[in-house]
Amino acid sequence: MGEAIVITSGKGGVGKTTTTANLGISLALMGKKVCLVDTDIGLRNLDVVMGLENRILFDLIDVIEGNCRLKQALVKDKRFDALYMLPAAQTKDKNAVKPDQLKSLVDELKKDFDYVLIDCPAGIEQGFKNAIAGADHAIIVTTPEVAAVRDADRIIGLLEAEKHIDEPKLIVNRIRPHMAKKGEMLTVEELVQILAIDLIGVVVDDEEVIHSANRGEPTALNPDTLSGLAYRNIARRILGETVPLMNLEQKNGIMNKFRKLLGIR
Amino acid sequence: MMANSYIEVIFGMTKHNIIIKGTKDGLMFLLNDDCSYDEVIEELKEKLENSHQTILTGPVTRVIIKTGARKFTAFQEETIRNIFSTKGNLIIHSIEHDVVENKSNDCLDKIEIITGTIRSGQVQEYQGNVLYIGDINPGGILKAIGDIYVLGTIRGIVHAGMNGNKEAIIAASIMEPTQIRIADVISRPIEEEQPRSLKHEFAYVLDERIFIDKIQHLSKFKDKLPVSL
Repeated sequence: MGEAIVITSGKGGVGKTTTTANLGISLALMGKKVCLVDTDIGLRNLDVVMGLENRILFDLIDVIEGNCRLKQALVKDKRFDALYMLPAAQTKDKNAVKPDQLKSLVDELKKDFDYVLIDCPAGIEQGFKNAIAGADHAIIVTTPEVAAVRDADRIIGLLEAEKHIDEPKLIVNRIRPHMAKKGEMLTVEELVQILAIDLIGVVVDDEEVIHSANRGEPTALNPDTLSGLAYRNIARRILGETVPLMNLEQKNGIMNKFRKLLGIR
Repeated sequence: MMANSYIEVIFGMTKHNIIIKGTKDGLMFLLNDDCSYDEVIEELKEKLENSHQTILTGPVTRVIIKTGARKFTAFQEETIRNIFSTKGNLIIHSIEHDVVENKSNDCLDKIEIITGTIRSGQVQEYQGNVLYIGDINPGGILKAIGDIYVLGTIRGIVHAGMNGNKEAIIAASIMEPTQIRIADVISRPIEEEQPRSLKHEFAYVLDERIFIDKIQHLSKFKDKLPVSL
């Protein structure tokens, strides 16, 4: 019996889908059997980020309405044998599904997979209620912006009222270390202090994330990028390993090279 | 209690906070005393706007409002009267509560100790004094009839003395509120960015204005604290 993890944020555009895709790939890299479920019905994106858009035959609504079997709707990843995706429907809206339908679907998937990652839509309405219905754990994605933190706080409050989900974990996405250092951006410490939940990972703001998402090749495939490494570390923490947070300050530039040469840090 | 009413609001489960009864003298509005004031107001508006058109468009009718074990402040009563004034045929005869005055004083002798975090969108209300161990985050609201003491950070809205008691105070380890309210006096921090105050502070009302002072001066301000733990 696997575990279902919902990836949610409240606010849109903070990186839920990107996180879902990258964690899925990272977990698959570690040999786990993973299924990604896109619950953003009407605005599906996960297939695009995963580069699997042209392989979709059926979708989540087809499964729920009984037009096809669950196995038929699952799209196998082109890189990993153990990674699958259940795409959202693009033609319906969030009200086409009820929470208990999604819950039984996720329960079904948990029998076959080690991890079921549920990509939650933005907002706190029907789509959100659907997405959290079958989850055992929750990961909150936020960026170091006041508005995103406010929404994350609201979501944590809503999740705390759900008895079937244990205490949510936090991913801080799109950190810009130099801005936080200058006090122009919330720091990770301030964020954790306000939200008062455990931090499971920090991802730097990396142009490579956007570039790779556009190519349909999530950045976690490339461990040479800081963001790719960050996602792999988060996956290891999900598996229960203790991995220290990485040092986010990239030491580039001629002065730093010079210092390094002289042995001054 | 709070957690329940919160869930109901969020997930839209229907529970009526207002029951309308016909009597031989007119109409009686029974208001639930177990939900927040805002919920009552919202449902009252909704009911007067959208339902019961048969009673509401009839001849002039006397209305008695029963607020149960909750006493509304003058301001809150005024709001309710204003809502009714939009319906010309409903005349408020009286607003009644069955709070025994002594009872509320009893409450004010004690202090409730609560732990947790009040997050954005959550409202918690207490009928006496509160010692809240935890944070009140932006968008969250903590209300009490008596004093509020916070062992944690106030970032959201806190409302002490909500039934009109201007003697009530708000004390906190760290005061970074969105708003502070004591009785019907409202205050917010000045907009300019300030260095973070690491002092423990408390807020009180003097001459219809809210002042903040360091916690060491609380003993001069309040000779008797409510607590007998």
